[in-house]
Amino acid sequence: MTPLLMMKGITKSFPGVKALQDVEFSLLPGEVHFLLGENGAGKSTLMKILSGVYAKDAGETWINDQLIDIDSPRTASAHGIGIIHQEMNLVPELTVWENIYLGKEVTDRFGLIKAETMKKQTATLLIQLGSDIDPTAVISSLSIGEQQMVEIAKALSYETKILVMDEPTAALTERETEKLFKIIRQLASNGVGIVYISHRMEELFTLSNRVTVLRDGTYVGTVETQGITFNDLIQMMVGRDITTRFPKEVATVGPEVLRVEGLTSSGNFEDVSFSVHAGEVVGMAGLMGAGRTEIARAIFGADPMEQGAVFLDGQKCNIKSPGDGIRAGIGFITEDRKHQGLILAMSVGENMSLASLGYFSDKGFINDQKESGMIADHIKRLKIRTPDATQLVKNLSGGNQQKVVIGKWLATYPKVLIMDEPTRGVDVGAKAEIYHIMNMLTAAGVGILMISSELPEVLGMSDRILVLHRGKIAAQMSVGDATQEKIMGYAAGGE
Amino acid sequence: MSEQNKKNAIIRKMGPLLGLLLLGIVLTVLSDRFLTVNNLLNVARQISINAIISVGMTLVILTGGIDLSVGSIVALTGSITAGLLVGGLGIMPAILLGMIVGVLLGLFNGLLITRAEIPPFIATLGTMTVARGLTLVYTDGRPITGMEEAFRYLGGGYIAGIPVPVVIMISIFAIAYLMLKKTRLGRYIYAIGGNEEAARLSGINTKKILLSVYMLGGLLAGISGIIMASRLNSAQPTAGVSFELDAIAAVVLGGTSLSGGVGTIGGTLIGALIIGVLDNGLNLLNVSSFYQQIAKGLVILLAVFLDKKRK
Repeated sequence: MTPLLMMKGITKSFPGVKALQDVEFSLLPGEVHFLLGENGAGKSTLMKILSGVYAKDAGETWINDQLIDIDSPRTASAHGIGIIHQEMNLVPELTVWENIYLGKEVTDRFGLIKAETMKKQTATLLIQLGSDIDPTAVISSLSIGEQQMVEIAKALSYETKILVMDEPTAALTERETEKLFKIIRQLASNGVGIVYISHRMEELFTLSNRVTVLRDGTYVGTVETQGITFNDLIQMMVGRDITTRFPKEVATVGPEVLRVEGLTSSGNFEDVSFSVHAGEVVGMAGLMGAGRTEIARAIFGADPMEQGAVFLDGQKCNIKSPGDGIRAGIGFITEDRKHQGLILAMSVGENMSLASLGYFSDKGFINDQKESGMIADHIKRLKIRTPDATQLVKNLSGGNQQKVVIGKWLATYPKVLIMDEPTRGVDVGAKAEIYHIMNMLTAAGVGILMISSELPEVLGMSDRILVLHRGKIAAQMSVGDATQEKIMGYAAGGE
Repeated sequence: MSEQNKKNAIIRKMGPLLGLLLLGIVLTVLSDRFLTVNNLLNVARQISINAIISVGMTLVILTGGIDLSVGSIVALTGSITAGLLVGGLGIMPAILLGMIVGVLLGLFNGLLITRAEIPPFIATLGTMTVARGLTLVYTDGRPITGMEEAFRYLGGGYIAGIPVPVVIMISIFAIAYLMLKKTRLGRYIYAIGGNEEAARLSGINTKKILLSVYMLGGLLAGISGIIMASRLNSAQPTAGVSFELDAIAAVVLGGTSLSGGVGTIGGTLIGALIIGVLDNGLNLLNVSSFYQQIAKGLVILLAVFLDKKRK
């Protein structure tokens, strides 16, 4: 079979980093091809070169045995390359059909747009995908899963032969994921070649035909999914064995550090009470929209709550702002690193000291020596891969960015650290490193409240598990009593 | 810092400076009156009012905001100080009260932005109009003159041969530089401009910082207004019209990003100098002030265009 796509000798450098070195990649019609690698391995860069966002320094791209020069996103889509980015690229205020036809509106001879035609064609497109989304619905009124569907419809509206999907299931519910997989299989059976980037290994085994592994910007190899094992792939990715996925070490559980009683914020959560002990990881599971993040934000002081009390070390604390939360001894790693966790235009070091500048200042003046001492210490301890502390944080890979956020909170010496989706969008190698950091923290007596939508992670890293359903605690259990089925049952509102 | 980053940072910093030097060289060639101590001190004095306002504007723009009210604050503080002096108040109390008026207007801006959550552009546009109206009410639309002789020292005097406004300007730049580089307040200003929500979630009291920044902006505009009244020996109710635009131009010429989070105070000084040198040079070359406007506008556009291209 002639490959749809062949990329050879692709090389790309960025300021200070060699992002890709002599990488190859091929895609057959009708296959789902996983692109696997740790954060910073070069997956996204390779796909951005394919879709014309970046220009390559060297290498060749062949499509259907023709050498193609992809110099812009426009050329890419003209050659049938469609990409669905990790972050959605829809205009929230416009309707479904307006988004799908954005930039290629169908017009009559007076240049007026033919709305009815486009609405009809949008409806047809969506029906082909088995979706019942209203073409005239405004994007912001749709769920994340539905928005994803619109993205796919948009990509397909361009005669797409090569479809790149970057972490498409990161924000989807289980049901939406299943639906997406059905569509992917359907597209593949129609001869579309699909490049799929994901950190979820389960998806790799259910979905893919072949896997290409990148490591540190170099090509490791391409293998058939059939016959390969989880550990083989991990070894290819990280160049070493990760013996267990969840290297949980149970720490000595000390006295209670955090207790909340009767937290209520109408419409978000109701009468939530629980506690976290020193050295303990309490996992918080639940469906999206169950109120987990809202509870965390209220405890930390990021959002107001109507009722309830928060106790740190048994002392009642009046927390009205994040500043109060930090002073009380709470750290909060948000689920959205780019918009809530980091100042992208600032350096690694400046980001890391932002929440703890008070410790490094005297009468408002920052003590450079103390500050850079802390930063160097944390870069080393958390194994953050950066040329140095003055590197802008936006130039780091996702996993390293997440470690910078963790470093920011460690510098405040929290008694309790709330981690909201701590490994979202982070590759297996960096995940394991983050789990090791959690072990290190619990060993030092920090209590951790971990919110996670990945049940294996909840089961693998928690000591105790809280299950949320519609803003209420539906169940509490020790990890020994918990199973995925049990948690899902409570999360979905069962008994 | 990686090599390339370092290079970019240097270009970002050096670009405006190179522009200024180039301008200086051209003017030195074209006019033998440009490169003289007297003329350069003259330029420094001429830019001092805009430059002091621009320091406040830099802080505001670094947070991602804008302050359109500074020109009106110049007029109101100048008028009030002059009026108090004519009314018989001592120089120090009159100056102090003028500065307080500037701070209060900045506070008003800050409260509109942080409490009423009105976008900075609109909030300060409102304050600009209100302050202009207050000035006209206070002065009854007429210039105030007849201040005591000693007041003229502030705008017209010299310290060790250097004009007093220039000394004040340099001190303010030095303080602002230290503040941005060495203090928590400075770091927080950059953080808020870079990502306000992330800054808030890092425990920064963003509203308090924003309030302080707009108050500083008002204070610095007030100081400029008082210097200007002293220099002209009269307070004009129409003083300061479109000063906000000159200040924004100086900040942008200096390489500060209008979307906040990126920029330096040194750049702003260079930006103010470029505007001042250009004005001065065109004067020396006897170019009509009508053409000067065109030249100034084009230089600003060119500078911003070059900056965009570098990125």
